[in-house]
Amino acid sequence: MLVLNNIEVIYNQVILVLKGVSLEVPDGDIRALLGANGAGKTTTLKAISGLLKEEDGEVTDGSIEFNGERIDKKSAEEIVKLGIFQVMEGRRVFEHLTVEENLRAGAYTRKDKKNVKSDMEMVYSYFPRLRDLRNRVAGYLSGGEQQMLAIGRALMARPKLMLLDEPSLGLAPLLVKEIFEIIQKINKEEGVGILIVEQNAMAALNIASYGYIMENGRIVMDGPAEKLKENPDVKEFYLGLTEVGKKKSFREVKHYKRRKRWLT
Amino acid sequence: MQYFVQLLVTGLVLGSVYAMVALGFVLIYKSSSVINFAQGELVLIGAYMALWMTVSLHIPFLISFVLTLVFAVILGFAIERLFLRPMIGEPILSVIMLTIGLSAFLKGLVIILWGTETRVFPEIFSQEPVKLGFVRISQVYIWSLVLSIIFLVIFTLFFKYTDIGIAMRATADDQTAALSMGISVKRVFAMAWAVAAVVAAVGGILLGNINGINISVAQFGLRVFPVVILGGLDSVPGAIIGGFIIGIIENLASGYLDPYFGGGVREVASFVVLVIILMIKPYGLFGLERIERV
Ligand SMILES: Nc1ncnc2c1ncn2[C@@H]1O[C@H](COP(=O)(O)OP(=O)(O)OP(=O)(O)O)[C@@H](O)[C@H]1O
Ligand SMILES: [Mg+2]
Repeated sequence: MLVLNNIEVIYNQVILVLKGVSLEVPDGDIRALLGANGAGKTTTLKAISGLLKEEDGEVTDGSIEFNGERIDKKSAEEIVKLGIFQVMEGRRVFEHLTVEENLRAGAYTRKDKKNVKSDMEMVYSYFPRLRDLRNRVAGYLSGGEQQMLAIGRALMARPKLMLLDEPSLGLAPLLVKEIFEIIQKINKEEGVGILIVEQNAMAALNIASYGYIMENGRIVMDGPAEKLKENPDVKEFYLGLTEVGKKKSFREVKHYKRRKRWLT
Repeated sequence: MQYFVQLLVTGLVLGSVYAMVALGFVLIYKSSSVINFAQGELVLIGAYMALWMTVSLHIPFLISFVLTLVFAVILGFAIERLFLRPMIGEPILSVIMLTIGLSAFLKGLVIILWGTETRVFPEIFSQEPVKLGFVRISQVYIWSLVLSIIFLVIFTLFFKYTDIGIAMRATADDQTAALSMGISVKRVFAMAWAVAAVVAAVGGILLGNINGINISVAQFGLRVFPVVILGGLDSVPGAIIGGFIIGIIENLASGYLDPYFGGGVREVASFVVLVIILMIKPYGLFGLERIERV
């Protein structure tokens, strides 16, 4: 179980980006983290995976725990070894490596190297297209194929928890559907917990059991996915079910409804 | 014809040394974007180390060869740890300045320890020529060629198939993504320096066996620039093939043209070829093209 307890993140010692974020992902659960551009979703994932340190970012307050162990001061390498794997925004496959080499790179921290071959087969069974492309240089794959590779590569590390940053980015709707179905299948069959960040809120809430909505570095709402999907404000601002012409921020909505307690 | 083949073979040998030194250079550049101006000093140190062990300590050559490689690994790790690692995140120009400083420092160290006069290895590979078809080639050339080809093959396989080799290429491609796989980028940098020091040392030992060594061997670091630019700064196969091409061209050019120009053609020839090739292929012969997809 992953627990973020009121974390604060500062970039370059001055830029306060996360202002007290709390969330949790129980083992084997799928949870969605939604929010507008610049809300701090990617920053949250990087804080968990330890990649923040590379960008001169720091968790300055609160704590991140994974299965009871504090991880907010650990290096990215140690965190991968503990079983958390981030699939970064924009796929980030190793362009000049072949598909198979990319998968091997994903298995880099594995101690049980003898199982790598069979896990590659497992990845190919989720993404049959990758099998045909396995000797192809990854940079020339289509966007969808690269996203499959990025997820497959994560799977090669046999993580307990996967952090997916906008897997639907730039993909055609049909492909988004396909990839989300596979994500769901991976979660069921391999028992991998998933924290998914998405602009495509509907797709994410359809597979998640629980969702968090983030704005301006804070979680402004959270609840079971079914309830979030029904919530009129979520519908309006994140599910794109709004009448055109309205340009209020979520904050304003919250303001005029401030008496109302969300989702209780 | 015989003269031509002779030049070709010695060119190949010279080229194989270029290939190795260039390989180290490219590795460091590829993984960490650092242009290593101290590559030539690594050649120098490797050569002197082996010479010192063989001549002064009377260690059999084969053992001192292996010990030199071990020493080179340690030296590579040490340089990375002491000088390069503290510079991670600093402007790339500062890092390059640092390697220039490192080059002066290492050269000074060699002068202090071993002086400046030319020294020769005891005859390990016979200079006695053997007849290959219609040409006679000194055995030391053949051994050098064989040895460097063995090393080049080993390292090519290493990058292609081992986990750390794949990790090194992955890091060269996308450092942050490599980090997200749990690949230790620091370890990759250290490996790059270790391998660079090893190949440089092998190059130095071979050169020493052919011509003897003195401080001017360090110039190899600069003479390898046309090689890496020709092959493409970020391409390992490019470094190897570029090494052979430049070695052969230099030798042929100086063999045939030096009499007319009174020498010095060797140094110019490779740069002439370099300019011509770059006009046709700006990323070098094998430079990785930026893969762009939208
Ligand atoms: N390395 C950095 N240094 C300084 N500020 C940063 C850095 N990375 C992100 N930020 C700032 O932090 C805020 C949150 O960025 P983040 O990338 O987490 O948003 P996001 O929710 O993932 O947005 P998007 O949906 O566009 O990906 C933004 O205002 C951004 O400008
Ligand atoms: Mg983002």
